[in-house]
Amino acid sequence: MANFHVPEENYYTKEHEWAQVDENNVTVGITEYAQDSLGEIVYVELPEVGQKVTQGEPFGVVESVKAVSDLVAPVSGTVVEVNESIIDDPGLLNDDPMNNGWLICIEMDTEKELANLMRAPDYKKLIEKK
Amino acid sequence: MSNIKKTPLNQIHKDLGGRMVDFAGWQMPVQYEGLRQEHNAVRKNVGLFDVSHMGEIRAKGPNALKTVEWLTTNLVSQLESGQAQYTLLPNDKGGVVDDLIVYCIEKDADYLLCVNASNKNKDLEWVIENNQGADIIDESDYWGQIALQGPRATNVMKVVMPDVPENLPSFEFATVKFEGETCYVARTGYTGEDGFEVFVPATKTVALWKSFMEKGAAENIAPCGLGARDTLRTEMRFPLYGNEIDDTTNPYQAGLGWVTKTKNKDFLGKSVIMEGKKALTQKLVGIVMADRGIARAGYPLYSKEGAEIGRVTSGTPSPSTGDNIGIAYINKDYSDLGAEVFVGIRGRQLRAKVVKTPFVQRGGK
Repeated sequence: MANFHVPEENYYTKEHEWAQVDENNVTVGITEYAQDSLGEIVYVELPEVGQKVTQGEPFGVVESVKAVSDLVAPVSGTVVEVNESIIDDPGLLNDDPMNNGWLICIEMDTEKELANLMRAPDYKKLIEKK
Repeated sequence: MSNIKKTPLNQIHKDLGGRMVDFAGWQMPVQYEGLRQEHNAVRKNVGLFDVSHMGEIRAKGPNALKTVEWLTTNLVSQLESGQAQYTLLPNDKGGVVDDLIVYCIEKDADYLLCVNASNKNKDLEWVIENNQGADIIDESDYWGQIALQGPRATNVMKVVMPDVPENLPSFEFATVKFEGETCYVARTGYTGEDGFEVFVPATKTVALWKSFMEKGAAENIAPCGLGARDTLRTEMRFPLYGNEIDDTTNPYQAGLGWVTKTKNKDFLGKSVIMEGKKALTQKLVGIVMADRGIARAGYPLYSKEGAEIGRVTSGTPSPSTGDNIGIAYINKDYSDLGAEVFVGIRGRQLRAKVVKTPFVQRGGK
């Protein structure tokens, strides 16, 4: 199977999202494994800036030709930035999911919720089982 | 599911990097390299599909014609040996057990019914229950099936199976040998492009597939999965059982009056279908999204005033046109070409328009 890049510094969800924490801002995207499983992504729906999101709850969707998949918030908080460029060019999620294909940035309510997420070694184990 | 069925080509799909999924109890490739490339290969060059999961039910003997004529809606008596027709297996409640192709192997005496994988057991039970004296044989395990589809399909066919007439008309089939075994090669398909569907014994399916792939390389042949099969048929507005048609669908509602011959024959369920036709309020139409969003099966349709007026049965981005297209049942009042309708997508109502179908012509134009 393909060798997916799983940066050490990020947190991960079982729904195959990454969360990069900088102070109390959390940037969220989908993992390389996720983009590979989804295939060509043709549509992305994201929340507005200012919207509240809840850990474990959907905040948007990505659609491939065949399927609709929920995007799930890794932490609770307020959306402070949205990557508008992927709305016009969803292919960025396939080409560069870990950088230019980021989805949203959340100002998190509490750092405590990070304990519910996976770190890189556990996430690697999860996708190796697939 | 532990008892998932595998076609003779299962290992080949895995070797080709096919992403395998469960479909109607079968492990099938949904895509190999990518759905879009596979879709375009069929519109521009030629694609190869494993359709061995399809069911084959044979009706033979002196009462074969009588039985198939009674059980299906199209005029079987019109078929000569070597001809095929698209048709329906109606139930006795005004709906449809399955849609299928009937192949006339030998006029009056021998017919092959090619049915959907998901419905095969139901169909077989139905046919046996309503048999009019034919010998009914389930040949689904005996046959593999490969579809060769695209504008360059004939170039590949003539080197792999040179006995197939190049000018074989649409919905006719040739009986030819491949490695000593009898195959039926039909000028049919589910993509809207020129091409063939080949019934080949399971024992020779791998050899035939390899031969198509090898000899087709010069024509840029691509193995294609179920994903491309679905986008290709949706662009043509071909119905898919379970989406556009089911046990409750009146054939006329689905736009299948052209295979429902009520004047010149009698068939099981005819009177209920005729009765149901009078009360139809909905029609099957094509829609194209005007707002950004993808219509998917099951999404509701609304009028401008917000009244629910229908439901999407199939929807996808069209790889050929770039539009987000859909097939939908809609109240007749809103079914005119150009009518503005709204698709309910995750709580929002997004604009779409009723358009003429098929969504594309041959070659994806």
